[in-house]
Amino acid sequence: MSFPWAKVYEPKVPLMRWLDEKLPLPRLVYNAVGAGYPVPRNLNYFWNFGVLAGFCLVLQIVTGIILAMHYAANAGVAFHTVEHIMRDVNWGWLVRYAHANGASFFFVVIYLHIFRGFFYGSYKAPREMVWLLGVVIFLLLMATAFMGYVLPWGQMSFWGAQVITGLFEAIPLVGPPLKTWLLGGFAPDNAALNRFFSLHYLLPFVVVGVVILHIWALHIPGSSNPTGVEVKSESDTVPFHPYYTAKDGFGLGVFLIAYFLMVFFLPNYLGHPDNYIEANPLSTPAHIVPEWYFWPFYAILRAFTADFILPAKLWGVLAMFSSILVWFFLPWLDKSPVRSGHYRPLFRKFFWFGLIPTMAVLFYCGGAAAEEPYVMLSQIATAYYFLHFLVILPIISMIERPAPLPFSITESVLGEDDGAASAKSAEAAA
Amino acid sequence: MAITTGTAETAAPDGGEGIRRRDFIEIAAVSAAGVGALATLVPLISQMAPSKDVLAESTTEIDLSAIEPGQAIKAVFRKQPLFVRNLTPAEIAEADKVPLSSLRDPQTLEERTKAGHTNWLITMGVCTHLGCVPLGAGEGEVRGEFGGYFCPCHGSHYDTAARIRKGPAPTNLVVPDYEFTSDTKIVVG
Repeated sequence: MSFPWAKVYEPKVPLMRWLDEKLPLPRLVYNAVGAGYPVPRNLNYFWNFGVLAGFCLVLQIVTGIILAMHYAANAGVAFHTVEHIMRDVNWGWLVRYAHANGASFFFVVIYLHIFRGFFYGSYKAPREMVWLLGVVIFLLLMATAFMGYVLPWGQMSFWGAQVITGLFEAIPLVGPPLKTWLLGGFAPDNAALNRFFSLHYLLPFVVVGVVILHIWALHIPGSSNPTGVEVKSESDTVPFHPYYTAKDGFGLGVFLIAYFLMVFFLPNYLGHPDNYIEANPLSTPAHIVPEWYFWPFYAILRAFTADFILPAKLWGVLAMFSSILVWFFLPWLDKSPVRSGHYRPLFRKFFWFGLIPTMAVLFYCGGAAAEEPYVMLSQIATAYYFLHFLVILPIISMIERPAPLPFSITESVLGEDDGAASAKSAEAAA
Repeated sequence: MAITTGTAETAAPDGGEGIRRRDFIEIAAVSAAGVGALATLVPLISQMAPSKDVLAESTTEIDLSAIEPGQAIKAVFRKQPLFVRNLTPAEIAEADKVPLSSLRDPQTLEERTKAGHTNWLITMGVCTHLGCVPLGAGEGEVRGEFGGYFCPCHGSHYDTAARIRKGPAPTNLVVPDYEFTSDTKIVVG
């Protein structure tokens, strides 16, 4: 499961030796995030976001369990219990703001983690399973975040639940009864609120399970690296501890500074004021948008405005789900054997000047009102988005002539000749 | 272990494994993180303490004017039963003649009531054994062998000053903080 030169766990005190014989849990940790996991020596800060995502998951579970101690999932009192948390519960305001902003920061971290995967080709063999499990985690996170947003039972919660469950109505024949079944009624009410709470509590633990599989699958080939060249020898790696625990610790510090700036000084910046108005089934807020992390997908949903064989509504729903489902096929759409974008000049052009601006446009349009020019922009961007994954990427991987790869990770770090490099550094030191 | 930035003060005399600058950085970083982690525990733990709305319910006003001698009522203080009893002169005399040395939790009736209002016995209706509500405050309820209160859960008998006389309870029924705001009104808490 690891490289042959990985350090082997050796318990020093008799108690740990006894424990290791009965239940080798310290050994598991040692081999997963300790000195027993050799990691490429050249990882940059984009490799911090896996650990940060894990931290966010723990943060959300801890703050979420506390909120559940004070919240009541009953349509009659849910809104008031949230205010009770804000006003009466000791430190309740902090825990709630930490949870609400924690969700946003979780998505920031996850998007950067996915971005890293896109650019450095982390999805390619032999890490396809790591990628597939990652997409599953992302889908679970989206479902969890949506249901969590419904729980405060404000206006945006209610109408978010109405609109998102309305997506299922687009499915031919079974759509309308399916929506009624999902909600346990004809509109979001107590039944829907209760099941959303139940699932919002359950899904994070499902995520924990898939995360364990994600890490397990990762540790079979080992971590990728910015050159995309596989590890060849011991000099290509350093032990995870202390090298990457220290690097991740620094990243965590930076993350926490940004996070607490939001929690303490701009706690409602990413929320919607309308959600401080109690749910009213008789009045829709003028401008309903999802949370910022759903904007690109919301723009794709709204990009379809005309019926074409199928109703526009169904097209929108299919496109929105497909925009993420297409990621499942990414390892087979991008056939280039070169992983890292650094050594792929053509891929890099289409990545920076095609995919990234497209995502930015979709992001902006998803948060804007459903009017021109945003509708047309969303349509163009949606078309390009699918074009990128389904046409451009396969063609690039066939015609592209990659730049020469370094022979090894060590060579990419120290220069061409290992011996000459160390001689040079010795010279510089002298 | 190469010391490229070490100075004469930080490097050990023999140039081997001594105190290094890095040791200082490591200890400082881990200590700062440790203090931060401990500080995080404050909100995580204190959120479980009674919230502001619970604390706001912690005083109760009771009107005594309708309680005749020999009668008792059950009121509610902090979501717990509170016994308010108007003792008869006979009950007061009975409580006063008990020698303190014979009591498990020695207290006089005077210590358990307010001066000038010795007939008003105000105690929590919570057995000091395991928290059941003793009988004796309601009309026609059993008052136990000593004419005060009787807890049916595990058989604790309290006398007319609500002092433990027999059974497993360790102490007398608790007298909460209260004061007379007039001759017929008390505020508990």
